[in-house]
Amino acid sequence: MSPSALTGTRLRERRLALGLRQGDLAGQVGISASYLNLIEHNRRRIADELLARLADVLAMPLGRLQERHAEGQIDAMRAAAADAPTAGAELDRVEDIVGRFPGWAATLVELHTRSRALGRTVEILHDRMAHDPHLSASLHELLNAAASVRSTAAILADTDDIEPEWLKRFHGNLHDDSERLARGAEALVAFLDAGGQEQEQASASPQEEVEAWAEAHDWSLAGVDVNDTGYLVSAAGRSLAQSLQTQLAEDRAKTPDDRVVASVAKFGPDPLALAHDVDAPVLTAFRRIALRPGSGFGLLICDGSGTLTLRKTVPGFTPPRFGAACPLWPLFTALSRPETPIEAIIALPGPQGARLRVRAYCQVRHPMGFRGPELREAAMLLMYEPDGPEPAIEVGPTCRICLRPACPARREPSILSA
Amino acid sequence: MAGRVLLVEDEPNIAEAIRFILTREGWEVLVVNDGALALARVAEVQPDLLILDLMLPGMSGLEILTSLRADPARAGLKVMMLTAKGQGRDREAAERAGVSAFMAKPFSNADMRAQVRALIGG
Repeated sequence: MSPSALTGTRLRERRLALGLRQGDLAGQVGISASYLNLIEHNRRRIADELLARLADVLAMPLGRLQERHAEGQIDAMRAAAADAPTAGAELDRVEDIVGRFPGWAATLVELHTRSRALGRTVEILHDRMAHDPHLSASLHELLNAAASVRSTAAILADTDDIEPEWLKRFHGNLHDDSERLARGAEALVAFLDAGGQEQEQASASPQEEVEAWAEAHDWSLAGVDVNDTGYLVSAAGRSLAQSLQTQLAEDRAKTPDDRVVASVAKFGPDPLALAHDVDAPVLTAFRRIALRPGSGFGLLICDGSGTLTLRKTVPGFTPPRFGAACPLWPLFTALSRPETPIEAIIALPGPQGARLRVRAYCQVRHPMGFRGPELREAAMLLMYEPDGPEPAIEVGPTCRICLRPACPARREPSILSA
Repeated sequence: MAGRVLLVEDEPNIAEAIRFILTREGWEVLVVNDGALALARVAEVQPDLLILDLMLPGMSGLEILTSLRADPARAGLKVMMLTAKGQGRDREAAERAGVSAFMAKPFSNADMRAQVRALIGG
């Protein structure tokens, strides 16, 4: 086997580790110190016989000096440098870097690989936005409805002597088109929010993988294989799934099924009542009520930063895939009022927007004691609420795709009103 | 009569609005809602202006325009194309095919009137 491109680097590392000077090692193998210097900097190929002598003196297995696996790293480093031509990577030192700092080299190569994968995902999404027939059809429908509304509304506003028959017809058209606009916007939001199936796995976050996996098993996860690569594509997703599975098993141990069923039958879906009844943490009770097969309840859980860490949704309420959610959700009210139960009715925008009764609660933990951080976690149970006189808080999914034109909590313009 | 307009538009509410706007200005407006019927209707009614939606059932606005321009008897007919933002490539193709003017949806009624007047007077 011929020497690896990194053989010199490995020789140098070994010599330094043994505390040998260059001249001493060179003398022992019968070459000049300057020649050894060139070898150690990978600037001279080494004859097999000389390599064997060096390995002998340095007490190194010959095979280790000839390992070639790192050469793939060198090629990958060069590819990374080629993708960043203006960064000025020292290409003539790449062997040195891989040999002396294999961890950093591996880090750089991994980041470069990930960056390329993300670039591909962006390309796929860009193609989808530009060429997807469903998206194109949705936009066309929206534009046609908008064109009709604009033109008809202008006629009604600008024409004083419009005949009753035309007036009636235009009013009808306006009504029809406003319905079309709402339906089109909703379809577009659903498309943008849920994403196309073919790119779903490529662009899903580990949390989304876990949610899809849990949904597929109707949240009955005991004994389910977390190595199911059909849903759990990434290692991070499988790890999160494992954590969720463990969490639900612990919850079940604290609150047996029959106690949950009895509590819900007696008090309704009331996590505080269940927690009191079985002497369990309140968030455990939230999960036990919502994350059971066929429960029909949704559940959102967030950490102290407001980041959603668990989403079990219900039709008519689609929390955002990315970015911050609507700040008007009672979930966030609860987050700012620890240990205080919050109950409210919320209404999502649009004709298909759900009307929901929600119960929210924030639990505080101090896992590291008085001197450690305070950790908050809030949960919000989602239950369908029939139409009735009780007023609802008008909320949305997230500003970016919210249909409400005037909202005191709006952070950014909606793409639906642009 | 200021002129005759043939409108090829499959969205009935848009067609109705355009017909109302232009009729009140004195133009005669005839409507066809299927691209496949447009060419025959052009031959039949001899319009001064053809307003074509780009996306039509049966035959696209671009195909209709191309057929018209290939026919020496109709090559001079003024054609306004209704387009939408995001149809830049189709617009370029329509320009190459010899479209007279574009009107982007959603359009203002005043722009529509002005554009028609610019093309056929009245």
